Amino acid sequence: MRFSLLSLLRESLRGHRGWPAQWRDASPKPAYDVVIVGAGGHGLATAYYLAAECGLRNIAVVEKGWLGGGNTARNTTVIRSNYLWEESEAIYEHSMKLWQDLSHALNYNVMYSPRGVMMLAHTVHDMQVIRRHVHANRLAGIDNELLSPREAQAFCPILNIGRDIRYPVLGAALQRRGGTARHDAVAWGYARAASALGVDIIQNCPVTGLRRQQDGAIAGVETARGFIAAPKIGVVAAGHSSVLMAMAGVRMPLESFPLQALVSEPVKSVMPCVVMSNTIHAYMSQSDKGELVIGAGTDAYPSYSQAGGLHIASDTLEAVCELFPTLRRLRMMRSWGGIVDVTPDRSPIIGRTPVPGLFVNCGWGTGGFKATPGSGHVFAHTIAKGEPHPIAAPFTLDRFRTGRLIDEAAAAAVAH
Amino acid sequence: MLLIPCPFCAMDRPEAEFRHAGEAHLTRPPDPAAADDAAWADFLYHRANPRGVIAERWRHVHGCGRFINVLRDTVSDRILASYRPGEKRP
Repeated sequence: MRFSLLSLLRESLRGHRGWPAQWRDASPKPAYDVVIVGAGGHGLATAYYLAAECGLRNIAVVEKGWLGGGNTARNTTVIRSNYLWEESEAIYEHSMKLWQDLSHALNYNVMYSPRGVMMLAHTVHDMQVIRRHVHANRLAGIDNELLSPREAQAFCPILNIGRDIRYPVLGAALQRRGGTARHDAVAWGYARAASALGVDIIQNCPVTGLRRQQDGAIAGVETARGFIAAPKIGVVAAGHSSVLMAMAGVRMPLESFPLQALVSEPVKSVMPCVVMSNTIHAYMSQSDKGELVIGAGTDAYPSYSQAGGLHIASDTLEAVCELFPTLRRLRMMRSWGGIVDVTPDRSPIIGRTPVPGLFVNCGWGTGGFKATPGSGHVFAHTIAKGEPHPIAAPFTLDRFRTGRLIDEAAAAAVAH
Repeated sequence: MLLIPCPFCAMDRPEAEFRHAGEAHLTRPPDPAAADDAAWADFLYHRANPRGVIAERWRHVHGCGRFINVLRDTVSDRILASYRPGEKRP
């Protein structure tokens, strides 16, 4: 059923009892043209664009848990495209353009809100880095502007720009088109649109092995619900990418870390934008419900625990209290951890692998949500054609052998 | 926060005293000039990243200052053993 003013009116008169399920919870068929492993935002977006733009219909998305229950449900929903290098600017900006029309394209409100993302500088070195980023972005035609502390406070009135704190605000970079979107709605919107195009979304179906043919090419996936044959498989498994790729005998340049976030009790609107600070590790925005959504750092060691140390979260809260003193008495309601797969150059890996027919989209590290539409779009084209989409081409797995790294350590907002 | 047994100090010390130093038992190519790009990529970038027991190095920066090896389960974060560099993995 399409969402329209008419359908909303009709359902509101009927007490909203007529809405059907938004997607089919499918059972696996014996064979598909493409199997995507992982029903998070990136995996569902890949399936959607494969069906909508690449002319493929016989597609399955297999998920070990439930749809959008991993990092898609565990992130802080920040969207921006102000990365340093041309390759990154191209892919994040591609994503940004898709965000702008996504609700319309999916006929599902993903609550994209371009409210502005402001990155703070606290040291002379920070100032040099954000100046360099602003200039690089403007040369690439991406909006990013330098603000003085006063201008930063005018944009976010609760920001403390006093000189008497440990790390005073010296300036900021602002991307006005940056903002947030509703993470669950992104997963649901893509699932609904993909399901309507015939994609099978198979939940509670953990992959236990990747079967290869005698010539080495991929044959299909072994799952807890039986073997599924497919000539092409796309692994989009975030923190568990190493584990899955090891099933096909491929060693990855990845380490998985717990990354934490927390939300406060809901309060009236106090925070008109997203504020991030890399140096003292705090970033924050306010959800439509009024909760302050706070991103903390990664733990120091690789782990699959989906928890993370309390000292990491409390460091972030100390920084938040200093930057936003008006929030000092606020109580935190929930905290959680997601497992993020981090590459040595902090840039993703999208494309082919040494195994014919096996494709991988991983390594988004601490900032994959913003890339969901663009990542899915270029990965779908890469799988359909069997060769990298031009925007995905620099992000090969092979770059760690050739040395053509894309070093975004400074642009990734989470210090590692 | 982990409680890490330091084999030099012979004490359990909090994680905050240590700095993580990556996967243990990685060997630099013995003849660097003869190693090809794939061998270098393996040494520099490719990691086991296991869901299970990992052998990793920590440096006791705010203690004895020495590197140690630790076996840890990456699912439960439980530490199974710690031993000195050069010793065999238990």
